[in-house]
Amino acid sequence: MDKVSKKSIKNCSSQTPESAELNPDEVYIDEAEVEELNAADENIICEEEDACKDERKRQRLLEAISALGGKRKRKLGERSEAAVQMSEFTVSGEGEKVNLSDLIGTIDKNAAIPAKTKKQLKTLQQSNKTVECPLSKQESERIQRDVAYQKAASEVSQWKGVIKQNQRAEQLVFPLNQEPSGPKPFERVLTSWKAQTPLEQEIFSLLSINKQPIHDPILTPTEEASLRAMSLEEAKVRHAELQKARALQSYYEAKARRERKIKSKKYHKVQNKHKRKEFLKQFDEMVKTNPAAALEELNKIELARMQERMSLKHQNSGKWAKSQVIMAKYDEGARKSMQQQLEVNKDLTQKLVTSLNNEEDSEIEEVSAEVTPAFVKDAEEGLDSSNPWMRGKLSAEPREKQTSDSVDLTAEGFGGNASEDEEDKHNVAETEEEALLREFDNRRKHRQIQEADTELILCLDDDDNEDKEKTKNAAEDLDTSDKEEELSQFTSLMQGLTDAHWDIEAEFAKTAADTSSQLEQSFIKIGTLEDRELLSQEDSAAEKVPVKPQLSTSTENPLPASPVTEKKRKRKRGIELKHVLTKETNIIHVPLAPTFRDSEDLDESLDQRQLIKEAFAGDDVVSDFLKDKRKQEDTSKPKLLDLTLPGWGEWGGTDLKPSRNKQRRFRIKAALPPPRKDQNLPSVIILEKRNSSVTLHQVNTLPFPFENHAQFESTIRCPMGRTWNTEQTVKKITKPKVVTQLGTIIEPMNRERLGKKLVSPGSQDSVKLS
Amino acid sequence: MKVKVLSRNPDDYVRETKLDIQRVPRNYDPTLHPFELSREYTRALNATKLERVFAKPFLASLDGHRDGVNCMAKHTKSLSTFLSGSCDGEVAIMWNLTKHECVRTLQAHEGFVRGMVVRYCGTSFFTVGDDKTIKQWKMEAPGYGEEEEPLNTILGKTVFTGLDHHWQEGVFATCGQQVDIWDEQRSSPIRSFTWGVESFSSIRFNPVETEILASCASDRSIVLYDMRESAPLKKVIMTMRSNTLCWNPMEAYYFTCSNEDYNLYTYDMRYLDQPVTVHMDHVSAVLDVDYSPTGREFVSASFDKTIRIFPKDVGHSREVYHTKRMQHVICVKWSSDNKYVLSGSDEMNIRLWKAYAAEKLGVLAPRERQAINYNQKLKEKFQHHPQIRRISHHRHLPKSIYHQTKELRIMKEARRRKERNVRKHSRPGTVPVVSEKEKHVVTVVK
Repeated sequence: MDKVSKKSIKNCSSQTPESAELNPDEVYIDEAEVEELNAADENIICEEEDACKDERKRQRLLEAISALGGKRKRKLGERSEAAVQMSEFTVSGEGEKVNLSDLIGTIDKNAAIPAKTKKQLKTLQQSNKTVECPLSKQESERIQRDVAYQKAASEVSQWKGVIKQNQRAEQLVFPLNQEPSGPKPFERVLTSWKAQTPLEQEIFSLLSINKQPIHDPILTPTEEASLRAMSLEEAKVRHAELQKARALQSYYEAKARRERKIKSKKYHKVQNKHKRKEFLKQFDEMVKTNPAAALEELNKIELARMQERMSLKHQNSGKWAKSQVIMAKYDEGARKSMQQQLEVNKDLTQKLVTSLNNEEDSEIEEVSAEVTPAFVKDAEEGLDSSNPWMRGKLSAEPREKQTSDSVDLTAEGFGGNASEDEEDKHNVAETEEEALLREFDNRRKHRQIQEADTELILCLDDDDNEDKEKTKNAAEDLDTSDKEEELSQFTSLMQGLTDAHWDIEAEFAKTAADTSSQLEQSFIKIGTLEDRELLSQEDSAAEKVPVKPQLSTSTENPLPASPVTEKKRKRKRGIELKHVLTKETNIIHVPLAPTFRDSEDLDESLDQRQLIKEAFAGDDVVSDFLKDKRKQEDTSKPKLLDLTLPGWGEWGGTDLKPSRNKQRRFRIKAALPPPRKDQNLPSVIILEKRNSSVTLHQVNTLPFPFENHAQFESTIRCPMGRTWNTEQTVKKITKPKVVTQLGTIIEPMNRERLGKKLVSPGSQDSVKLS
Repeated sequence: MKVKVLSRNPDDYVRETKLDIQRVPRNYDPTLHPFELSREYTRALNATKLERVFAKPFLASLDGHRDGVNCMAKHTKSLSTFLSGSCDGEVAIMWNLTKHECVRTLQAHEGFVRGMVVRYCGTSFFTVGDDKTIKQWKMEAPGYGEEEEPLNTILGKTVFTGLDHHWQEGVFATCGQQVDIWDEQRSSPIRSFTWGVESFSSIRFNPVETEILASCASDRSIVLYDMRESAPLKKVIMTMRSNTLCWNPMEAYYFTCSNEDYNLYTYDMRYLDQPVTVHMDHVSAVLDVDYSPTGREFVSASFDKTIRIFPKDVGHSREVYHTKRMQHVICVKWSSDNKYVLSGSDEMNIRLWKAYAAEKLGVLAPRERQAINYNQKLKEKFQHHPQIRRISHHRHLPKSIYHQTKELRIMKEARRRKERNVRKHSRPGTVPVVSEKEKHVVTVVK
């Protein structure tokens, strides 16, 4: 023990109680030690006193010097040597006390202090409020404890997930933080190994510069980071996704290649049509769901239109087109092809107006002609077109009426020998045929229109009123000119129908012969109207009004509508119950039974009995019970044991019974069982099946974790052995819950595990922890 | 003409080398293997019986102490090294468990060796004794000619009754009249906790959340501390005094305390108002408890001369170990490879037991392991069947314990009956039903 500490101890012992109170936090020293040191030799003290004197002198000198400056400078307690009085904060216990006011006084002069704090201090000085009395020691300690406990509890609760997982894990392998087995890289084994030769050093410096792995020569830091970023499962999932995508892509590519190789023009036409239809559908949906995307599509279409208008493509101005013009006189095909080209041009240059562009519903009529995009037009120029103008055929109510009448007439015509059901059927079938017919007809019509006046079609999208009139004319023209053709076609078709199906066909053919033109028209009209309804149901009403007069001019014999066609139309749209159910429903008439009785004066008990009688009418409980009992008795009776073997000791074969002697010998009667317990109890059945020797081995109460018998039985039922299961299954089933390694110390749970768990709370059944 | 003949491809049944596994064609058609339930039941029954046949848990008795063994300590880094301190206190002995022999003895204290703990690194160990000292010793034996001297000695003011070391840092805690936290580098405690006048019997660091401690006090309380805080955390007062406690090494917030009222209580430190499980089976005060390193089970030593092994969440023991000569068991430890249990008792012996009585020690052949696994599963599957249950639960007990168990059962039944009667004859609601868990906790002091 050196001098200094002794001195300090001495000082300590000579300290006033006040100073001791001032520094209660100072280093604690055992009393025993102090006593020991007090008893130490005294001869050093005189030396110390000398030193003290010197010190005092020096102090005085310093004070004098400082006084020369005018102001008294505050002494700075400096920690120069180890001493007991010296606190950690270099504030010596000696010297003058510093008051708060002294400290605050300097604030005004100091410019560095913000005005805000100055203000605060001032208000503090001015306020005369008394500070609240501090809590008692017990209370404050209690609060402290409570807070600390809450903190600790929350800290500990972090482990909840890990603990739950470990409890649920099917298998736990201890020790938890096992190092991966297998050979370790020698760098890890030889920790003291160093690159010594210049070559080695160069290599390692290169490696370190390029951040290549030195110790574990598998992964670079970036790779490791990426690995850490993506867990194995995620990677697997992603890999699978990519694989799938790739497979799909290749599949589609192959398909596309195959399709491209197909030479059939028709096929491609159909395909294109289909595609356009699909697109239209999508577009309609898009208009509803995603207007922004739809608008984009629209813009695209618009752009295509612009390009088309600018270019000379499809204008019948090319070399080929010129040659075709020459050929057109003689060749119908050439004409057709030219028209097709023009059609394409028209479609592409047609202006597009959708609900996106104009919202006014009042002008639907005008719009309806242009609802569908232009490029789709040729796809559905037939029956699907929503544009009645384009079809060159006008359809509306009066015509429909007419058609309905005509159909009605035909129905009446063969209604005499056909029943109601048959008629219905017929109608249905007829509608199918109609559809076919309509299609044919429409196509033909369209072609004719094209032939007749292409300019008419071209100027269709210009103005409404003009349009109407023009189409009126066109329709009239067509009606008159095409009649013969239609008739012939229709009759031929009808012939086919009649050949195929009904027994009424002869009659129908007759009727068809005279009303053929009428009918034909009606079919067409129905078709068109239906189509229109299908495509633009909401604006049909608006459409009807302007169309009406024009139609009336075209129709020859306006007749009142009949309900049959109405029905027909309905049937076309949705599934009718009658249509589906071929049989008529039998209505069962149930005589209304009295739900309550009027006679309340009857005795209640009698009523009750009556009720029971009613409820169990036909049940003979007693006899049933007796039967049951007899059955039980029979089953419990011992059976005759037949041990006779045919053919042993005598002739055997079919229809040969063993001899009576043999039967007597080998048929063993079992001993009579003890009398039944319910022998003398007429109204009781006591089951005597229960085997006491088996019950010894049976579980008689449901064990704890199970909730019902079925659960428990199912666990018992499935066998675990290798006789019944495959090797893998057995291994899986018989996996022990806890696996420990021989001769390894199992360390307690580590904080690292918590971090790991928090990062990837995987739901593995076997928590193999490494 | 096609002639049908039996033909077999030798590839299907001939091994390439004789070291290959024989190919055994199997048909798993259930109709070919009937009676699976009864067959497995029989197997399970046989397995259970065999388990009882092979249940020979006692391995060795380590004798050498000249007084009762008062404390023991596991080595943190070596499985074969084991330390024990005796009751007359003169010696602390280091054992080599594989050879069953004493390696080194040393005079540690005058009077009882109260506590003993190995530093987390395994290079030294601490002892506390009745002579008010804490001593740190080197694990290695002194060289030839050197004297056996402690590395460090700290003189305390009062007697230390317990000692535990931090699991990761050079900090240890002692208990006596107060709980002190010591830095190894300092001769004075860095922190001391008191909460009322009491004396503590045991202190344990949480091995998972290493800053948390728990101690048992003589005022029937268990107190929780955080090393970083200046005040204790919480205190739960029970009906009787707890002797020791042990934290679950795998589950941070569970600890189990051994109580004077013959029971052990597992607590969740977040919810101290009632124990999670009450473990009963002992017929006398429980003196010590130690968790298995897997945290699945714990072993308890009792004054009734038995040690019992409890699953951590089950109310009754799965195993009881006793021998004719084993007296009051004072301390018990579960070895850190989860294979053995060591018990130190009054009659100067340390006994080495198997933690799983019927387990075969040593390396198992793969087939053997498979068979053992299968049998284990069978036992588990049919454990509720009365015959199997009877056999697997049967333990032979010393007469005194057997009778005492019976007596306790009767007493308990009588108490329950009485309570029931009281409830029956009093206004409904005035005598509430108190569950077994709630019975033993008096209050929780914040």
